[in-house]
Amino acid sequence: MNRFLIPLGIFIVLVVFLAIGLNRDPREVPSPLIGKSAPAFELPQLHNPALKFSPAEMQGKVWLLNVWASWCVSCRQEHPLLVELSEGKVVPIYGLDYKDQRADALKWLRDFGDPYTMSIADSDGRVGMDYGVYGVPETYVIDKAGVIRYKQIGPITREVLDSKILPMVKELQRL
Amino acid sequence: MTNPANNQVLPALIRVHPRLLFIFALLAFFSAASFAKEAVPIAADEKVEQRLISISEELRCLVCQNESLAGSHAELAQDLRHEIREQIKQGKSNEDIMTFMVSRYGDFVRYRPPLKATTLLLWFGPGLALVVGIAVLLTYLRRRNTRLTDVALTPEEQRKVDALLQADGSKNKAQS
Repeated sequence: MNRFLIPLGIFIVLVVFLAIGLNRDPREVPSPLIGKSAPAFELPQLHNPALKFSPAEMQGKVWLLNVWASWCVSCRQEHPLLVELSEGKVVPIYGLDYKDQRADALKWLRDFGDPYTMSIADSDGRVGMDYGVYGVPETYVIDKAGVIRYKQIGPITREVLDSKILPMVKELQRL
Repeated sequence: MTNPANNQVLPALIRVHPRLLFIFALLAFFSAASFAKEAVPIAADEKVEQRLISISEELRCLVCQNESLAGSHAELAQDLRHEIREQIKQGKSNEDIMTFMVSRYGDFVRYRPPLKATTLLLWFGPGLALVVGIAVLLTYLRRRNTRLTDVALTPEEQRKVDALLQADGSKNKAQS
């Protein structure tokens, strides 16, 4: 009986490890910025380039920073969710227009809707680099103190929105 | 077929293929003008480029995650290499640049995983598994050896064995 137990035990341990490991997305790179202050920057606004935006303006408010671009196909998947979210006026969404052309970006927002309280133009992607952006779309949840609390890699799904983002936002707004 | 001697080939060529000779003459004439030059380096500062290559070989491209930053053609890789080049020109050390990358993208951006408490299993796991595997194999083989000892037959049993073998042998002879 013992002869079979040991290989069986090893097999079960292996299965557990595989079950955990294979269910994870190997392409997801966890962000080292979680729990740290959102990097400071000053960039022109998309609609009105004469005006600038800096995350310091958002102190005292919980907000989402959504990295998007008109050339990004996956962004269109999450966009209706963002539009819906913005209509509920739960949390302000700011868009970081990443490595995009202003005309293309404006047209994209006209075609698909504009959920953003404001969009900021990061034409050379330098601010994206400071935020550890390695793909589009990505979304950051930033709290009242300007600390990044959560990073969504890839499009936001309804499941992630309902199970992770909205509860976190509500909790952060309560504090 | 015999090979013509070398000093017969060229006259043979002239006689048999005048057009070929004409083409060779043309090529010889025009190629005189085009001496190959050493390829012009793209970047002005070679030392900067060499440092860039050595640093980016230690970094991972986050888009094509099995490639190093040095070889990847992804746009993000180009942006990051550009940034590293700028920082080298500003006089930043290799460590500064590594810290810059790791603080933004995490440990995964290092092409070689760092040796930390969390990566001990990654680094030493396979070696450990090999050692454990060999130990198990040796133990198993040793136990097998102790079980498979030759047991001597008593003379009574030896006679029975002989009788059986002889009977078996004669049966076979009868059948063949």
